[in-house]
Amino acid sequence: MNEPTLFEPERYELAADPLYQFDVKFDFHRRRFFELLGCGLAVLLLTEEGDAQESGFGRRGFRGGQRPAQIAAWLHVGDDGTVTVFTGKAEVGQNIRTSLAQMVAEELRTPVASVRMVMADTERTPFDMGTFGSRTTPDMGRQLARVAAAAREALLDLAAEHFQADRASLRADGGKIVRAGSDEAVGYGQLTKGQQILKSVAADQATATAEKWTVAGTSVAKLDRREFVTGRHKYASDVKRPGMWHGKVLRPSAFEATLAEVDLRDAEAIEGVVAVHDDNFVGVAARDDFTAEQAIDDIHAKWAAKPQTASDTLFDDLRKNASEGGGRFGGRSSGSIEVGLAAADQQLKQTYTVAYIAHAPLEPRAAVAEWTDDKLTVWTGTQRPFGVRGELAQAFGMPEERVHVIVPDTGSGYGGKHSGEAAVEAARLAKAAGRPVKLVWTREEEFTWAYFRPAGVIDVVSGVRNDGTLTAWDFVNYNSGGSAINMPYEVPNQRIAFRPSRSPLRQGSYRALAATANTFARETHLDELARLVGLDPLAFRGKNLKDARMLAVLDAAAEAFGWDHAMPEAGRGRGIAVGTEKGSFVATCAEVAADRQTGAVRVLRAVAAFECGAVVNPNHLKNQIEGAIVMGLGGALFEKIEFADGAIRNAAFSSYRVPRFRDAPTIDVVLVDRKHLPPIGAGETPIIAIAPAIGNAIFDATGVRLRSLPMTPRGFTTIAPAPSS
Amino acid sequence: MATITELNVNGQRRPLDADGQRTLLSVLRDDLDLTGTKYGCGEGQCGACTVLIDGVPTRACLTSLDEVGQRPVTTIEGIERDGGLHPLQQAFLDADALQCGYCTSGMIVSALALLREKPAPSENEIVHAMNGNICRCGTYRRIVAAIQKAAEELWRPTP
Repeated sequence: MNEPTLFEPERYELAADPLYQFDVKFDFHRRRFFELLGCGLAVLLLTEEGDAQESGFGRRGFRGGQRPAQIAAWLHVGDDGTVTVFTGKAEVGQNIRTSLAQMVAEELRTPVASVRMVMADTERTPFDMGTFGSRTTPDMGRQLARVAAAAREALLDLAAEHFQADRASLRADGGKIVRAGSDEAVGYGQLTKGQQILKSVAADQATATAEKWTVAGTSVAKLDRREFVTGRHKYASDVKRPGMWHGKVLRPSAFEATLAEVDLRDAEAIEGVVAVHDDNFVGVAARDDFTAEQAIDDIHAKWAAKPQTASDTLFDDLRKNASEGGGRFGGRSSGSIEVGLAAADQQLKQTYTVAYIAHAPLEPRAAVAEWTDDKLTVWTGTQRPFGVRGELAQAFGMPEERVHVIVPDTGSGYGGKHSGEAAVEAARLAKAAGRPVKLVWTREEEFTWAYFRPAGVIDVVSGVRNDGTLTAWDFVNYNSGGSAINMPYEVPNQRIAFRPSRSPLRQGSYRALAATANTFARETHLDELARLVGLDPLAFRGKNLKDARMLAVLDAAAEAFGWDHAMPEAGRGRGIAVGTEKGSFVATCAEVAADRQTGAVRVLRAVAAFECGAVVNPNHLKNQIEGAIVMGLGGALFEKIEFADGAIRNAAFSSYRVPRFRDAPTIDVVLVDRKHLPPIGAGETPIIAIAPAIGNAIFDATGVRLRSLPMTPRGFTTIAPAPSS
Repeated sequence: MATITELNVNGQRRPLDADGQRTLLSVLRDDLDLTGTKYGCGEGQCGACTVLIDGVPTRACLTSLDEVGQRPVTTIEGIERDGGLHPLQQAFLDADALQCGYCTSGMIVSALALLREKPAPSENEIVHAMNGNICRCGTYRRIVAAIQKAAEELWRPTP
């Protein structure tokens, strides 16, 4: 049954309603363009063409009213032939700086080395909702390809004039326009020299299909790569401004605690310290971080905290506090569960849970804030530069035009850097100190005051006939979300629901959102059903799947893994899982070594087959998939936030275990490249099938079925109590 | 409070005026503008701040300036050779052994120490030596491959 694909809206944190931000005019005019970059050719893509809405909100983001003409993307061809591309997207390690440059170079027929990407800067780049939801490649990539194609056409027009020749005799190649049947050529820079040409993209501007790509579709190396291996790249936490001080914030004793009393005098007595108390915010700025820490220690504060629940009762609480309304995922049914169960030979009812986990980006939240007159400039690592601009404007009661947010390529995010807490805090301290202030969150702060992947409880009731035909599918997700909640297998009778709950912790986006939880529950349950009717898990899936793209990745993964060949040796098991989300498809096989006696579990090998339309950069895509498998392995086996009394109990890498070298299995990736399909995003979906593949392999090895993520939180020493026989 | 007035870093004596209790990490980054060395956890668990002191890989976040004394410190900024990339740096690029790059400095410095101690480490030896360094993007297998490749490169006799 093919439901239309629905994307779960992103969960925003501490953000103004983003819908209103579209009304802020991106007020570039002709003079400004050329002031910024000098003479040349500038090509704009306006959103009024109905092409350019950018975001996880998809095409439902506007509630009436007229939008001003907005620029979605633009590029500039300068006198020296340099192509400068402007996009509000942020580079957080997913290598879009490279892949977007490839898509521009492809259409503009110019070397990638001549393309310069200006990204995520609220004064220089067009408005963008944020870098999330795997939308960069399908939306921004397509937009920039169109802008580049329009620039190429404009250059051909200029060249026709230059040569006084028929346009049909000219072609663009290697940053030049070449005249057929002669060795005459003119560089892009030469054509635009001294001119100020402003063009917009025609509504019917076509782009090349992937079959014709020569630059896109190849493994171009990461742009700026040398900066990263020499330590020269400046992350937000590396930015230094003249006269800059260092900030530190006094954190409340517990979540939602309020400040009862505070005494700043001892801190203020330290030379070169400014202390701030403003509402619930208490912080200091000092000439170095050591002094700032001392000053914070010298602040005497009392907090009033409320009693709060603990992780022990989490799943009961989520179920108890659930509400009916789950938005577009609140309820969906076809056929009748009762009829489906009556038609079944076997029924199965199981519950699956997922814990809160932390993104733990290696670069914690960081910001440098600087006030000049009444204008604020902030360098920070975020996936939503314009959202953070809105947060800052709101926090300081000033218009967004006076706030400038600059996002240097960031030390990762994984959906965890949608919010601007550090930016707001640094700006408040800088205002008080009268000088630029840098604030870098500690690891403990990042683990505590950011937000978490939602925990969840999933109840599944199913029916299956002994020949392996699914007859009923009843699936309810409490709290974790609706992504990938749809049933991709053929089942005539289904009822699917997402029930939001009251979360005891601050929760938000995480790579692939709830697709990980929903795919874990579904693919584990299907493995249980396959065992119940005595079918091979691969054959059972094949029998109930009709979607050709799902089947293609499933077969590709099974073949590369060697599913049909040698059975694993004793103590080893193999598992398989498949899923789809955000329009892409993944199947993952895992081989584990698991010891019933000691409980030791180790993932030896993982194979993933992935399909996301046409592949833009095969090597970077493989890197993303490998990384998603390693990250997913952490959530599968041991990552788990523990909390009680409004505090995180394991807010450190010594107590919150993340995957390390020793945990990383051998990984083989099969790319199912579909050149006739447009490219789509790939940073998220590869994470969704690894947990059930591992769990199913653990069952295969041990006969122990694990239904809670993480499955082996005590590391390699304890799986779960052995089932009583 | 003792004030430290000089640090021997990357072959240079750098003048300073810093409290000896401050961490080497903070002084490298904030006073000497050597920001390639990163803060990741402050408890020696992630390896992002790894530098060499007397050739020994050391967590700069847990090391005070007083403890360093006059011993030579090498940071990521000090390992290029003759103005070109060190074979390890090149190998990281060739293997595409990074995504966001935030862990990369600490990875390369840790690997450098390993290769000085064991010029031809086995895969297990690499995994064991590098296990204290976290890459949240999960490029571990590529980093292992990069270190193996650099080891080969460093062994190759110069023509």
